[in-house]
Amino acid sequence: MSKIERDDISGTSTTGHEWDGIKELNTPLPRWWLWTFYGTIVWALAYSVVYPAWPLVNSATSGLFGYSSRGEVAKEIAEAAGAQGEWRDRIKAADFGQISQDPKLFEFARAGGAAAFKVNCIQCHGSGAAGGKGYPNLNDDDWLWGGTFEEIHTTLQNGVRFAGDNETRFSQMPAFGDGMLSPDEISSTAEYVLSLSGQPHDAEAAAKGAPLYAANCVSCHGERGEGVRDVGGARLNDAIWLYGGGKESIVAQITRPRQGVMPAWGGRLDDVTIKELAIYVYSLGGGETLQRQ
Amino acid sequence: MDHSPPMPNQNVDGGSTDVERHNVEAVNAANAPRRVTLYAARTKIHPKRASGDFRRFKWLIMAVTLGIYYAAPWLRWDRGPYAPDQAILIDLAHRRFYFFFIEIWPQEFYYVAGLLIMAGVGLFLVTSVVGRAWCGYTCPQTVWTDLFLVIERWVEGDRNARIKLDAAPWSLDKLRKRLAKHAIWLVIGVATGGAWIFYFADAPSLARDLVSGNAAPVAYSSVALLTATTYVLAGFMREQVCIYMCPWPRIQAAMVDEDSLVVTYNAWRGEPRSLHRKKLLAEGKSAGDCVDCNACVAVCPMGIDIRDGQQLACITCALCIDACDSVMDKIGKPRGLISYSSLKAYEVAKSYTPRDLLRHALLRPRTIVYSGLWLAAGLVMLIALSMRERLDINVVPDRNPLFVTLSDGSIRNGYTIKILNMEQRPRTFRLSIEGAPSADMTLAGSQQPSSRVFDIDVEADKLRSIKAYVVMPRSAIPGDTMSFSFVITDATVTEDAERSEYPAIFHGPSKAGGEP
Repeated sequence: MSKIERDDISGTSTTGHEWDGIKELNTPLPRWWLWTFYGTIVWALAYSVVYPAWPLVNSATSGLFGYSSRGEVAKEIAEAAGAQGEWRDRIKAADFGQISQDPKLFEFARAGGAAAFKVNCIQCHGSGAAGGKGYPNLNDDDWLWGGTFEEIHTTLQNGVRFAGDNETRFSQMPAFGDGMLSPDEISSTAEYVLSLSGQPHDAEAAAKGAPLYAANCVSCHGERGEGVRDVGGARLNDAIWLYGGGKESIVAQITRPRQGVMPAWGGRLDDVTIKELAIYVYSLGGGETLQRQ
Repeated sequence: MDHSPPMPNQNVDGGSTDVERHNVEAVNAANAPRRVTLYAARTKIHPKRASGDFRRFKWLIMAVTLGIYYAAPWLRWDRGPYAPDQAILIDLAHRRFYFFFIEIWPQEFYYVAGLLIMAGVGLFLVTSVVGRAWCGYTCPQTVWTDLFLVIERWVEGDRNARIKLDAAPWSLDKLRKRLAKHAIWLVIGVATGGAWIFYFADAPSLARDLVSGNAAPVAYSSVALLTATTYVLAGFMREQVCIYMCPWPRIQAAMVDEDSLVVTYNAWRGEPRSLHRKKLLAEGKSAGDCVDCNACVAVCPMGIDIRDGQQLACITCALCIDACDSVMDKIGKPRGLISYSSLKAYEVAKSYTPRDLLRHALLRPRTIVYSGLWLAAGLVMLIALSMRERLDINVVPDRNPLFVTLSDGSIRNGYTIKILNMEQRPRTFRLSIEGAPSADMTLAGSQQPSSRVFDIDVEADKLRSIKAYVVMPRSAIPGDTMSFSFVITDATVTEDAERSEYPAIFHGPSKAGGEP
């Protein structure tokens, strides 16, 4: 160090640096500040010993406290599950009628169902449960297999056309295009189906399609297209179409029907979660209180 | 220096007056011997007790500020059966802030922002008029340090006795005094931390819980933390907080100008200072009014010498004015050798009257702008507070799906409606649809058939969230969307019912077509 210059006014030495005549004072750090700095170093070292810190070849030191953020999450999940235990027990014990009479329990079940829905169901039904072509919209008031708590629950429990479940919901629309009806006949039947829901149609063709419908379709779809829930026969006289309601879509469905599959959730999800899912789906706006006659 | 036992203090003017000369030097004196090091030990300061007008004023402010701090959580304010009766309460668990007749919900937090703006501008105003009055009189660091000094003085004696005690070897007496001092400091610290948490919970029941060991761990840890900060900051750190930690001393230079009243040593009157003033005058030499008794340095809680001029470490507590005035009285000179003065007054020396000083300090564009801002912020807050609604409605439309086609072809939209009853009584609200004449509504979980009007009970001081489904025939929607309103009125009163409206959008399928 060269000669130390002292500032006349403050008596403090300068650093020797100068900017346009302004000199920087070399004000000493307070000693306690220095000790605080040393303290933070000691703290950091101690911290790296008691908490995971030092990288090793395949992992890192685990720290004397044995802390891990993964372990913390597991603990918090266990705590949350513990806190929910009482509510879930109540859901398990109650039937749907009792749950819907208890607003707080209903809300708990609905929220639990919403969470489970986001994990298990949105892949097909969409995050807003609005479905898509071939995947039913769960918000509306049209149900293939029924929209009461119990009917939704059964669908969830056993699935639809699910090979792994003996009690699964099952229906199979025949492929009328495989020699049962000619393309002309299929076209006429489609015109008749269009007429059932009040859509624009060719009246002449529809008249030709009426007897074909009566002969082939009534047993599952009903005389006026009102559907038959027991066999999963879709309603044809409304505004909601699983595979599309235009002429082409109807023709395609009659010729070679698509048969959607939903897995059975019984055994994959626990009973309480399935119950919660039923309540959530019911609460989306289309839930039915009474079986339609 | 302060560490050695004091030299017997001599008197000014060779003992012909009873003005004592203090053997003291400012901790930041320019001629202090100093090693060139990267760090410096603190020079301990032993402020002497001052007495005078400013000291009395400071006692008063200390009593008022500490009184408010310790007593305010215990004030009661009746709000009826549905709200707490504590006058000032920050209820974090229920997200409410109560201040006497005012209740603030979290979304009304802008009132607190407004208060902070007023506090900030008020601080600018005060600083531009009277310098660092905040630092010198009302800052908690100053007030609590002052309080701790009172204890220190009471237990260990005034300045000279404390210096002697510091230098003395350990003895039973020294141990007793030190124990007593630190014990009382800790008690004050606990009381300070204790008072703080009472602002966040019902004070009487929390006090019971604290004593019986049933309070929440966070209550105890808060008390412990604030006890520690009070004890350390007011007992040990003291002036270092102002010099090294606090940003305000660095900012305040921007608010002070040549007209601001700051504690000033009037060098034009005091210099040349001399311990042997009478002798010099008798010899026909010139001598100022300053007898170099160092009383101003001895009383300074920052340990500085005001005669070195304005400086960062000065908190303008004005105790040096008190000290100097009593000396001036004794030597028969007018008071005010150290006084509240401005740089401008200092330059023109004697020609400023106190009236001039005050006029120049108060009436400047700067102070007028600050006052205007302060008043404007206050007025806006007052008007907003007096006109605010105690009923609010928030509507969140379902975005996924935007709409649902029902089997009869009509369109349904879902809305989450939040009704905020901000009064401390349960109320029934009438929720209705305005506009969209063909629309009907159902509420999730309600047995009531679809209608355009529903009555909804909301608990006192609570928010209620309900799910509403609005259904419209597709033909009733002119475009892709249509506007209507949710309206909510207080159904419990017949006249001048509170009313809140929320414009909403109804989404339908695109008219462009496509297969159903």
